[in-house]
Amino acid sequence: MRIPALLRTPQGLAASVGLVLVVLATIFGPIVFGDLATERSIADRQQGVSVGHPFGTDDLGRDLFARVIVATRVSVLLTLGATGISVVGGVLLGVIAVLLPSVLKRLVAGLIDILLSFPWLLLALFFSVIWGTTAVGAMLAVGFAGIPVFARLTSTLAASVAGSDYVRAAGMLGSGNLRTTFRHVVPNILPPLLVNTAAHASVTLLSFAALSFLGLGVQAPEYDWGRLLNEGSKRIYVDPMAAIGPGIAIVLVGVVFALLGEVFSESSARRLPPKAVRRRRSTDYVAPVTDATPTLEMSDLRVAFPGRDGKMVERVHGVSLSISPGETVGIVGESGSGKSVTASAVAGLLGPEALVTSERLMFREIDMSAVPNGAERRRLGLEQAMIFQDPLTSLNPALTVGRQLREASEVHAKMSRADSLRRAVDKLNLVRIPDAERRLNQLPHEFSGGMRQRAMIAMGLMGTPRLIIADEPTTALDVTVQRQVMQALREAQNATGAAILFISHDIALVSGFCDRIIVMRDGVVVEEIAAARLDEAQHPYTRGLIACVPDMATDRTAALPVIAAADEESITV
Amino acid sequence: MTIPSTVVTAAAAATPTEPSPVRRGDRLLAIVGSPRLAFLLKRLARALVALALVLVASFFMVQFVPGDPVRAALGPTAPAATVDALRHTLGLDLPLGEQFTRYFGGLLHGDLGVSVSTQRPVGTTLAERLPATLMLSVVAFVVAALGAFPIGVATAVSARGGRRRSLDLGVSSLLGIIIAIPNFLLAVVLIWLFSIVVPLAPSAGWGSPQHAVLPVLALAIGPLAYLARIVHVEMVRVLDAPYITTARSKRLPAHLIYLRHALPNIVTATLTAGGVVLTGLVAGTVLIETVFVIPGIGSTIVSSITTKDYPLIQGVVLMYAVLVLAANLVIDLLLAALDPRSTIAEA
Repeated sequence: MRIPALLRTPQGLAASVGLVLVVLATIFGPIVFGDLATERSIADRQQGVSVGHPFGTDDLGRDLFARVIVATRVSVLLTLGATGISVVGGVLLGVIAVLLPSVLKRLVAGLIDILLSFPWLLLALFFSVIWGTTAVGAMLAVGFAGIPVFARLTSTLAASVAGSDYVRAAGMLGSGNLRTTFRHVVPNILPPLLVNTAAHASVTLLSFAALSFLGLGVQAPEYDWGRLLNEGSKRIYVDPMAAIGPGIAIVLVGVVFALLGEVFSESSARRLPPKAVRRRRSTDYVAPVTDATPTLEMSDLRVAFPGRDGKMVERVHGVSLSISPGETVGIVGESGSGKSVTASAVAGLLGPEALVTSERLMFREIDMSAVPNGAERRRLGLEQAMIFQDPLTSLNPALTVGRQLREASEVHAKMSRADSLRRAVDKLNLVRIPDAERRLNQLPHEFSGGMRQRAMIAMGLMGTPRLIIADEPTTALDVTVQRQVMQALREAQNATGAAILFISHDIALVSGFCDRIIVMRDGVVVEEIAAARLDEAQHPYTRGLIACVPDMATDRTAALPVIAAADEESITV
Repeated sequence: MTIPSTVVTAAAAATPTEPSPVRRGDRLLAIVGSPRLAFLLKRLARALVALALVLVASFFMVQFVPGDPVRAALGPTAPAATVDALRHTLGLDLPLGEQFTRYFGGLLHGDLGVSVSTQRPVGTTLAERLPATLMLSVVAFVVAALGAFPIGVATAVSARGGRRRSLDLGVSSLLGIIIAIPNFLLAVVLIWLFSIVVPLAPSAGWGSPQHAVLPVLALAIGPLAYLARIVHVEMVRVLDAPYITTARSKRLPAHLIYLRHALPNIVTATLTAGGVVLTGLVAGTVLIETVFVIPGIGSTIVSSITTKDYPLIQGVVLMYAVLVLAANLVIDLLLAALDPRSTIAEA
């Protein structure tokens, strides 16, 4: 069942074919090519590439291509041996580390840490001093050098499994430590171990080749690819293929092992980034703007995104909306109703994969469906402000709050540092963040959640905002903080006269804050109504939303009303 | 070849699950006050423990050699008197405790013993050969780091735009293939291409800048591709972050978004990977110096292992270990200096 599916991906197919070839060469290579590889011919010695000898011949006239094929067995077997040592040793050490009492556990973990800080080759060299420069010595050396990697992997995986409920449940049922480890922990960490074993085999192969190449691995008259590469590299002036031939074998088999790991992990189906939608550039024409210019005019907005199968799926189906200067408009709807996508489209912030079409999408005479020109960018930077849902992630954690506040004024209004700093202090005071001068030099993580959101509002006020788009600005905050943020938003509007587009799922919050409410569901506007006349709402969905809001008179013994899902789509989104 | 081995390591290391070290760190943090200082102290302590471990290991390395190391070094045909004489010079006939004190006493005075094959003090040999290795690895690291950032950032930005999909796929496949090629093989191919097919640079020797071109390339290209991939992955992750949307909503010019808003946020992960690359580079000199016949400590370790010159082996192993620990410490210092949020406190 799984195998044919595996063969259908290019990686799976390549890995399978490669694996079959490697296995064939390992088993039959010495049988088929053995004679050719050892047959000496003084007349043919040190020849270059020819049809008879694709990789040329060596000092004794032996065919190098045959030798590369024959060397597969030694190279692959030694690789498997060394990988086996790494895995078995590592898993044992890792499991022991998990089972030990905590002081010893920490000691072993520290030791593994230290071993890991040394590159593999150095560890392998160290061990090869002890075990000598033979094939077996090198196998032990490479194998032991890989133990720390698997020990760390095992203990990390085991620790994550050990914390899971079913392992704790087994412990409560009286299963002993050792028994739990082998019955419950080890089987659950096997799949990731298998993935890493394949990847590790690839690395082991290269390391082994390195040791042999240095003359510290397989010794003459035995030979593996590393040794062939070593011998070939000395004759590179005469016959480059003598070195490149074994090199190709090393890389190919290394890639096969690495691919196997990727196929096992099933993460191999690397997703291509979705194709970008090309947007038209805005013209250089700048329309005159007055105080009476509508803040936003939008009609028949449609937004589509690429679905899993690559086809475009429409999420917003023809939404129209207009906002007058200074007006406060709320969009209400459940998750997946398309309200945030609409807001992002208004701001022109949808990603390159989104397909936005509209009859008209104008912010104060700027066409938001086109790529803005320089002057329009400047105006947008100053006149539009965005506040996002999660204040923990919407401020850049690496830059001071002051830098992030000043930026827009400095870039767009060409303000001096001193001026923008003064303005930033001013705006922080406006949103009631005390001790503004000191706060500006702090990083966002030094702010509380509510303070960050107010800093975001202050950031929007650094220009001359005409429209503040607040996309669920209080959803991630608790109720008391929510009030402060709403108050800051209201005061910001009073100070600047900006219009506000307020997006929320909370109809109670929206009706208290906005002049006009737009109710969205599944990408369409179901009702548009003045906030003061919300009681007269006609649409059953709007009425349902209102009914869901409990007040002091709500019967607490009855279950709260529930709105039925419109269709499957809105649940899965 | 030392690079891919660390992919697994880095992935495993990225998810610290042991709760106890964190708690311990918090206690330390409470004492010293600054998370940076706590981080540095912890790393310094780890380096010291590692150094002690290396010292002990290098001493016991010779003891662990099965059979008689002196006989192995001199070969089966050497007369017994010579073997005994060498054993006496190396101090291997003394009781273990006395050997131990002799070894560490010598180390404290900078005396690493005398090479069996050249009869010269090991310290002198190392001092002569260290500069070439240091030079090679530092230059290669700088080349790798300088090359990786523009490539990683550019591919990430264009991958996000999704406008040049075939180019993106081509570059990422090329990086993947380069990472899969071991550096010694790359070195051989480079010699063939640029010393034989198109004679641009010498294939062996050391001393002039031309001599360094191919070795530095052979050493740097793999780590460059590896780092570029890390930068790419980190950049793609960061470009999807909400704070980048915030920066976009401010209509900042592209260079400010990428350089000021995105780059600082990939520093920690990239530097951590950079540490792995740097130590891998140090070890990679062993292979590169051998291929290009460079008189550094890398080619010394190979020849000394082949001739079983134990005092020299001990010296070079110690030297390499110190180099690796120093490289780790340099990265830790950089992390402490550059990490914007002291996320290092948990690392």
